[in-house]
Amino acid sequence: MKFMLIWRVTSDEAWGNLGEIDFDQMLETVGRFNEELINAGVLVAAEGLAPAEEGVVVDFSSEPPVVTDGPYGETKELFNGFYLINVPTIQDAIEWAKRTPMTAAGFKTEIRRVPTIDEFPQDNEWIKKERAWRESTGQL
Amino acid sequence: MSDPTGRKAVAAVWRIDSARIIGALTRYTGDFALAEDLAQEALAEALVTWPREGVPNNPAGWLLTVGRRRAIDAFRRRSARDEKYAAMAHHLPEGGALTGAEPGPAPDDVLWDPDQIDDDTLALMFTSCHPVLSREAGVALTLRVIGGLTSDEIARAFLVPTATVQARITRAKKTLGAAGVPFEVPPVSERPARLAQVLSVVYLIFTEGSSASSGDEVIRFDLAGEAQRLARILSRLMPEEPEVHSLLALLELTAARFPARRGPDGETVLLQEQDRRRWDRSAIARGRAALAKATDAGRGYGYYGLQAAIAECHALASSVQETNWVRIVALYDGLGRLAPSPVVDLNRAVAVSMAQGPAAALPLVDSLAGSDAFKDSHQLPGVRGELLRRLGRVDEARTALEQAVRLCGNERERAVLARKLAEL
Repeated sequence: MKFMLIWRVTSDEAWGNLGEIDFDQMLETVGRFNEELINAGVLVAAEGLAPAEEGVVVDFSSEPPVVTDGPYGETKELFNGFYLINVPTIQDAIEWAKRTPMTAAGFKTEIRRVPTIDEFPQDNEWIKKERAWRESTGQL
Repeated sequence: MSDPTGRKAVAAVWRIDSARIIGALTRYTGDFALAEDLAQEALAEALVTWPREGVPNNPAGWLLTVGRRRAIDAFRRRSARDEKYAAMAHHLPEGGALTGAEPGPAPDDVLWDPDQIDDDTLALMFTSCHPVLSREAGVALTLRVIGGLTSDEIARAFLVPTATVQARITRAKKTLGAAGVPFEVPPVSERPARLAQVLSVVYLIFTEGSSASSGDEVIRFDLAGEAQRLARILSRLMPEEPEVHSLLALLELTAARFPARRGPDGETVLLQEQDRRRWDRSAIARGRAALAKATDAGRGYGYYGLQAAIAECHALASSVQETNWVRIVALYDGLGRLAPSPVVDLNRAVAVSMAQGPAAALPLVDSLAGSDAFKDSHQLPGVRGELLRRLGRVDEARTALEQAVRLCGNERERAVLARKLAEL
């Protein structure tokens, strides 16, 4: 079963503390955790995101939508990166999430199951198209 | 996440950490069987304590500390009658909080040396799959020690009573002790034979999982997935061994076909009739990457490499007709030389029939007729009937297929044969 571990920093203070950590130290800490996931044979994919300040938000609350530079809403709503892991139960995902490095008060890891395409109606035209696309790009 | 009894959390921690805990305790006590007992005791204690007090911050450290405390108790008990243990009990550092609520983590402990964990895991693999053990014992011990499965889970996976699994594990530990098997990665001179044993145990776990057709599959642990995980672990620990990558490739490429191997009513769909769009492309990509590593070693393919290369031929083909059957025949030639077997010969004959036509394959199939491997098996008459059908020898084809239907014990496969017969 695939689960996404979504890494969130939910307070300005926690975000500020993160900036004070030595970069090499951070690379090593995260690298060790990544290696643990790889060595355990459970890691499928992982990405981290560039700072939210570099981002742009399209807000559909008005017509036409409003485009603004910078982070989406409050810090507590930010999404900073993810791990995709393949483990037998959500409990295993929880135990891995607890081991996420670089954490302290204000850090949260959200765990979401990632359904497979087999769970959707296979005779649906759009699911068939999606399957063809996944096939051509090597992801299922 | 509702887990009112905390049991699921304990089980999950155990799946993640059993190998390093048992590895560390084995190094600590110098006794694998004792370490496994101690680890199980620590696990039992967690099942009582965690639901009451919550999962500790460092669950693996907690389990290790409890295990070590139990080790000291055991040595003290034994020291009364055995000088060796008396000396050990004297020298062992107590470390950690031996009384009170939560045993503290042991971050600086030599037991938790990260550089040692890989060697320990590998040593556990080689110990659990030691040639003095039967295959069944090796499978049970590997799943329990490296996979972190409970005896219950193993029993459910193999459809045997829990007591049987427990007895197998107890006996296996006694056998290892009696044989004086050292806890180590075997020296280079013994490595090829010992590694072959490890790989065969992992492959057996996979085939057991992938052929799971009986029993209630819903409650069966995903053995095939666990075998893939074990192969991934091995490929990280022994990157210099091409056959390790080959085994991983074979498992990935075989598992890639799982989504297509059952029809809407749960019936078996044979390779030639599978909807190839349903094959798992990411598994194929992973399998090919693993096989490329084996190829890059430049030593030619071994037992698993040849099978993985055959699986790759299928994975790359968009249909049966477009499959590179000439290459598959050559790979079966290699496999037949390396590990002669009538089953390989039969598969090779099928490949020959696809590469050169049924006339070339029929004598090969007929030459296998006397083989004990196919005594009372539907496989030989099934293949023979198919070849005769393609040659237009309908009466002979009917006789062969009728025989195959009669001998076939698997209901779903029999249905496929019966359909062929009806279509003659």
